[in-house]
Amino acid sequence: MSKDSIIDLKDARFRWPGRASFALSVPEFLVEKGQSVLLLGESGSGKSTLLSMICGTILADSGSVSVNGTDLKTLSGWSRDRFRAEQIGVVFQQFNLLPFGSVTDNILLPLKFAPSRRKRCHNPSRQAAELCQALGLPEGIASSKAANLSVGQQQRVAVARALIGAPPILIADEPTSSLDELAQSNFLDLMFHQVAAQETTLIMVSHDPRLADRFDRTVHMNDIATIQRQAS
Amino acid sequence: MILRLAFGSLLARALTVGMTILAIALSVALFLGVEKIRTGAKASFADTISGTDLIVGARSGSVQLLLYSVFRIGNATNNVTWESYQDLANRPELEWIVPISLGDSHRQFRVMGTSAAFFEHYKYRQGRSLEFGTGVVMDDLFDTVIGHDVAQTLGYNVDDPIVVAHGLASFAKHKDQPFRVSGILEKTGTPVDRTVIVSMQAIEAIHVDWQSGAKTPGKSTPIDAIRQMNLTPKAVTAALVGVKSPLKTFSLQRAINEYPEEPLLAILPGVALQELWGIVGIAETALLAVSMMVVVTALIGMMATIFSSLNERRREMAIFRAMGASPISILGLLILEATLTAAAGAVLGLGLLYVGLFIAQPLIDSAFGLYLPIETPATRELLVLVAVIFAGAIVSMVPALRAYRLSLADGMMVRS
Repeated sequence: MSKDSIIDLKDARFRWPGRASFALSVPEFLVEKGQSVLLLGESGSGKSTLLSMICGTILADSGSVSVNGTDLKTLSGWSRDRFRAEQIGVVFQQFNLLPFGSVTDNILLPLKFAPSRRKRCHNPSRQAAELCQALGLPEGIASSKAANLSVGQQQRVAVARALIGAPPILIADEPTSSLDELAQSNFLDLMFHQVAAQETTLIMVSHDPRLADRFDRTVHMNDIATIQRQAS
Repeated sequence: MILRLAFGSLLARALTVGMTILAIALSVALFLGVEKIRTGAKASFADTISGTDLIVGARSGSVQLLLYSVFRIGNATNNVTWESYQDLANRPELEWIVPISLGDSHRQFRVMGTSAAFFEHYKYRQGRSLEFGTGVVMDDLFDTVIGHDVAQTLGYNVDDPIVVAHGLASFAKHKDQPFRVSGILEKTGTPVDRTVIVSMQAIEAIHVDWQSGAKTPGKSTPIDAIRQMNLTPKAVTAALVGVKSPLKTFSLQRAINEYPEEPLLAILPGVALQELWGIVGIAETALLAVSMMVVVTALIGMMATIFSSLNERRREMAIFRAMGASPISILGLLILEATLTAAAGAVLGLGLLYVGLFIAQPLIDSAFGLYLPIETPATRELLVLVAVIFAGAIVSMVPALRAYRLSLADGMMVRS
């Protein structure tokens, strides 16, 4: 395990239970601390499975997956959930927010499960408001219901939620795919600004190679992982 | 905040959740209502007669004697002779005795012959006496006092004439001797409401020209002649007895049961009432069981609603999972929601019960003589509510466990 890698996969293999025809194996995948990585790949290339392994919602059948120096295999299910809450902020493609909660509720939600992250921000509500402002969200949005926000605003709130309490890793699964081009670039500017400010390690999944310029490193799924498909 | 989010999630599904709450509320109100009527009926049943130490009649079953002497249901197979009655009345342990003579009817109501002492000694609802709404105790031979329901149903007022029929099916009428209503009793909620009361002598008087249950053809004694006759009763159907000292009750009962001249039976009203309630109580238990099933049905309905909501909420659970919530938290969240729903249903049900009671209480009291007290919920009722909430939590475990398994399999990426 190299000293500087915050994410370290070695010979990690995973087979979805009940779906014998699909198995993913990752011989090696390293991400250095503070790096921003663009993960390119078509749908079905195993991106989601790889992210789930890193997040610890699924466990590799063999090999090792280490996040920030901890081998996920050594943690119990409950500790892995706690570990994820502490270490990783997640932004999905869309539908990131609980529609019935307010913007502030949504942003503060991960702190419920991550006491250290909570401790790190002295005044959670104020930090939420600061993040909103930094991400270009209109003032006074904090108490609006998430369901009433535009898609672009929702994605930015999701970033604020993923970054509150400064977790070391941000994982974004095609966060811009539901935005138009202008909004996309605007969104990425704001996200990168925050990631740089907090020195967060960023892994962003996309199928758009044009974004590569913005990242320290670009990785193709095909280069790091092999997928076995057996005709069933 | 989790509690607030659970509330928010429930609010977002206000319609289906509202329906579920309503179903639970109605079932809880039904259950508590049945329970209320049950206890009310039991109390008013036990209140039918009080202050009487023994009921005496010809030998039969204790329940049968209670039924015909107090509830005016069924008939006596035998009467007690006037001589035996006199013997009994002269016993030293006796404080008072009231004769009862049954067997005639007026329209659908039973006619009861008795003495003026009946109005003094018959007590109901823990010692309440009969009271006159209008009029007074019968004074003349052909006077009658009628119960509240009799007056209400037949539209009688004081001084109206009425005709008494022999037997219970009104074929043979004692047309010759019309009676006059001298008084109408207040509502009691007991069988007295449905009784036409005349004197013992009047019962004799209307049977002057009758033999073996049929009118002697061509014979019609004028009323004035009847008034001159000796109208001492030949028999009584039953007697209500009060003793001087409660300690004497059992020895007197034994003495009557072993009376050598005639087979007699003396019963303690309270014991016989309990025996009778044991029989009637089966129906009441069945009613309770049915309403309990309704509560169970409502809870299963809630379970079905949670099940059908799981699919559309997979995204919500994936978000919670991504934030670091463990599958156990998701299980807990669903159970918490169900518990809140069941609690809302239970509380609303209690509210519905009280609204229903406020509306129905006077109606039920006047229609059935059943008084349902409006009180703060008893411990028993609160226990029912707690049980419903608890059962709601238990029932919700089934869909919650499914959500648990789903969220384990889905992780944070929903595969759709």
